[in-house]
Amino acid sequence: MSEDLLVRAKNLNVKFVSRDATVHAVNGVDFQLAQREVLCILGESGSGKSVTLRAIMGLNPRGKTVVEGELNVCGQDVVGASEAQMSQLRGRQVAMIFQEPMTALDPVFTIGRQIAETIVRHESISYKDALARALDLLELVQIPSAKRRLEAYPHELSGGLRQRAMIAIALSCKPKLLLADEPTTALDATVQIQILLLLRRLQQELGMGVIFVTHDLGVAGEIADRIAVMYAGRFVEEGPVRDVMRAPLHPYAQGLLGATVHAGLRGKRLTTIPGAPPDLRAIAPGCSFAPRCAMVEAACRADLPNLRSPEPGRSARCIHVNEAA
Amino acid sequence: MLQLPTMPDRGGPAQPLLIVQNLVKHFPLKGGLFGQGGKVQAVDGIDFEIRKGETLGIVGESGCGKSTASRLIMSLIEPTDGEIIFDGEKVGTAALPLKEYRRQVQMVFQDSYASLNPRLSIEESIAFGPMVHGLGRSRAIPRAHDLLTAVGLAPAQFAHRYPHELSGGQRQRVNIARALALRPRMLILDEPVSALDKSVEAQVLNMLLDLKAQFELTYLFISHDLNVVQHVADRVLVMYLGRVAEIGPVDSIFAAPQHPYTQALLASRPSMDPDRRRTEPPITGDPPNPVNPPSGCRFRTRCSLAEDICASATPPLGTTGPMHQAACHIVAPGSGHSMASREAA
Amino acid sequence: MFRYILRRIAYAIPIALSVSVVCFLLVHIAPGDPIDSIIPPDTPREVVEQVRKDYGLDKPLPVQYAVWLSRVVQGDLGRSIATRRLVAGDLILAARKTFVLAITAALLGFAVGILLGSTAAFYKGTWIDKACVAFAVAGVSIPHYWLGMVMVIFFSVLMNVFPAMGAGPGDWVWDREHLQYLVLPAITLACIPAGLLTRTVRGIVSEILSQDFVTTLRGKGLRNRTLALHIVKNGAPTILAVMGLQLGYLMGGSILVETIFSWPGTGSMLNAAIFRRDIPVIQGATLVLAMFFVMLNLIVDIMQTMIDPRIVRK
Repeated sequence: MSEDLLVRAKNLNVKFVSRDATVHAVNGVDFQLAQREVLCILGESGSGKSVTLRAIMGLNPRGKTVVEGELNVCGQDVVGASEAQMSQLRGRQVAMIFQEPMTALDPVFTIGRQIAETIVRHESISYKDALARALDLLELVQIPSAKRRLEAYPHELSGGLRQRAMIAIALSCKPKLLLADEPTTALDATVQIQILLLLRRLQQELGMGVIFVTHDLGVAGEIADRIAVMYAGRFVEEGPVRDVMRAPLHPYAQGLLGATVHAGLRGKRLTTIPGAPPDLRAIAPGCSFAPRCAMVEAACRADLPNLRSPEPGRSARCIHVNEAA
Repeated sequence: MLQLPTMPDRGGPAQPLLIVQNLVKHFPLKGGLFGQGGKVQAVDGIDFEIRKGETLGIVGESGCGKSTASRLIMSLIEPTDGEIIFDGEKVGTAALPLKEYRRQVQMVFQDSYASLNPRLSIEESIAFGPMVHGLGRSRAIPRAHDLLTAVGLAPAQFAHRYPHELSGGQRQRVNIARALALRPRMLILDEPVSALDKSVEAQVLNMLLDLKAQFELTYLFISHDLNVVQHVADRVLVMYLGRVAEIGPVDSIFAAPQHPYTQALLASRPSMDPDRRRTEPPITGDPPNPVNPPSGCRFRTRCSLAEDICASATPPLGTTGPMHQAACHIVAPGSGHSMASREAA
Repeated sequence: MFRYILRRIAYAIPIALSVSVVCFLLVHIAPGDPIDSIIPPDTPREVVEQVRKDYGLDKPLPVQYAVWLSRVVQGDLGRSIATRRLVAGDLILAARKTFVLAITAALLGFAVGILLGSTAAFYKGTWIDKACVAFAVAGVSIPHYWLGMVMVIFFSVLMNVFPAMGAGPGDWVWDREHLQYLVLPAITLACIPAGLLTRTVRGIVSEILSQDFVTTLRGKGLRNRTLALHIVKNGAPTILAVMGLQLGYLMGGSILVETIFSWPGTGSMLNAAIFRRDIPVIQGATLVLAMFFVMLNLIVDIMQTMIDPRIVRK
């Protein structure tokens, strides 16, 4: 494997098995993430975007998750890794931030403690020195009066500050890869843009690779280098951010762009995608989007379309897309 | 349907359907046995009107009081001060008793699941209100089926289902059908699409526009999503920390916002164009806590244009254009702000 | 923090006073004239009136209460009608024995409960979990008196390994001789708190494990013992509250167990006093137990506040 790839997933499958049913959350995902690259996984609820993200860190619920395929993160095979091997990877090379910083932070420990304990875990450094590092980190994420905030508990901070503190925790051991699970969705508009710009700046300054999961096309447009559109556990389209946002190839991606309310549509009817996403307990053969697709043909229902690449760097899982000669 | 007709239009087209005057709601904070508790100034004196047939959008960030305002208008909570006038009649008087008013104004909430009784089937949920208001079951159930059709759910398929058997979008359609069951004249839509996926959001927004025409409704549409408000509203009211920052026609608000907060809010939207990304956040920090709001203009702590006058005097809501008002010293002539024009109008 | 503790203590005073009012009123709520239990029924009327006057029973109730309270505060709980001994002295001896039994049973029950409860939570849904839950249900459901008697029959009568009655000779000492008396009643008494704690701890720990921040903690690559520390600190406030209440119940509610094993504690004392209508003893024992309850609550409250920063302390 090439050393400069942070993540390499090949035919990644994630299933949740319970007594009643098996949910096929991720169904054969292939992707690679290079150093310093920002990939946005765009999808609606239940598309498998968060499950994919958690699979990278092995954070899906233990005992009922089955992961198959190849998944290599920072040189470590994740599918067959032991919990001990994973805990070496987590927090040190790969870190994660979440949607709701209020629930993602431990309510009864101070911010300083929650940063310092990560540093102490992964580096041979005293708690006191780790606290000093924590102060630097709070300043790095632009938390005002950082010294005072070290002693603060999560509930004493505003939503924006909490998310900044969460980012500080994630960055505490200078990870090579940052996973972000809708980190701005729960925030107010004026705070969301601040956090997005902060993440963009930190990504560039620290040279991290980032996988950013979101349902918001606008957010993806602000931060992504590449966008992958996910539907029913599969990447249906992948390509550079400009191309995907301007001229999406897959009918689902096109529908999503049309359904996103933005300026210039006032009074007009929005384009909608009829119907609802499929039930992931029983995956039908063929293209999962076929039941909702306006361009559906018999061939769509028969077999799962291959990923086709009309130009280098772009691909889509649709029979209407022509493979480059 | 005859037994539950739409209420007649009393005041004529010129009479605003809803007038809100100096609405105030302060929630007392729980104080100790000896300690003195403060109060949350959730809504601190707002005035506005909604004309018949229009959609007024209310936008603002968390803690700005938009949801409290909607609950005050719905009479779900008692106001600390102020009054609500519906079609020319003061709410809660003999001319317009609360029960009558509540029939004419219905509400749809963000959480589609919590708003439905999990033990009632869909048709029972929709028929419940009319039956409480005296419509017989034999009439209420067919009505419920008509309404289900109106919101795009086939009665044969959905009438006997229960809330947990529906998707979020379908449940929100049921909530809208239920709100329409009493033939209201106004709907208060409190973040009705915020919990829905984008593709479903578009379906529900389209449907709300159709229903408005079909049932001759007036909407009060509350959302944190500026794009959605721009799409559905005729006029927009921007709230900040319990007060009105700016109000005006949607086009002039979005094209020429007068209040620095509205400008910041609009500039905070992602650009949708990877080649023209935002570079600097329009404002820093979080909205302050409504327990101890700043003196004078409440936005001054985050405003880059704030001057001494902003701390000492509360800016009044002043006219800045046709039907357009903003509460900022900069646009108030003679206010004393260095950017305001000198003489009073 | 110090001011918060002072305020919590201030809150406890009215509660303690109301408890004392109830204890005081016991005499008057009980059927019959309290004077009847002091003097024989055929006493001449004038003598009855004289005794009434001597005891202050002719004064209005609030005055009687004030007099009684001022004596109680000085440690004078009156004399037992049956033995004519000072109630306070006997009560201290008995309370010490009850304390030994209750604390032992509590520690045993809490240890078992916390161990089984957290194990069940970690292995939720497996057979280990189910076994722990089954134990919890059994612990809570099996009646004290039945279990106590079965234990006596089995371990004392049939196997003759532990004594069936009493707390050993003389005053309580933590030695081998005395400890063997403690085994059976302590186990019997520990059953309910063990079952209850298993259930509570299982619920609380599995609730904490399902929270987002645990995913964050795992995502930081923390070692299991660091993770455990987070879980303990999050669960402690609720679990402490349950443990405090349970300890209170054990102190007051050991009447049946003390009676079965003839354990000379407050429970046995109260039981005997009720049968003899020995009102000063009932009053004193109830007051001591109730005050213990109030104090436990106070301590738990203060500990909760110290652990959980979200509880506002002004």
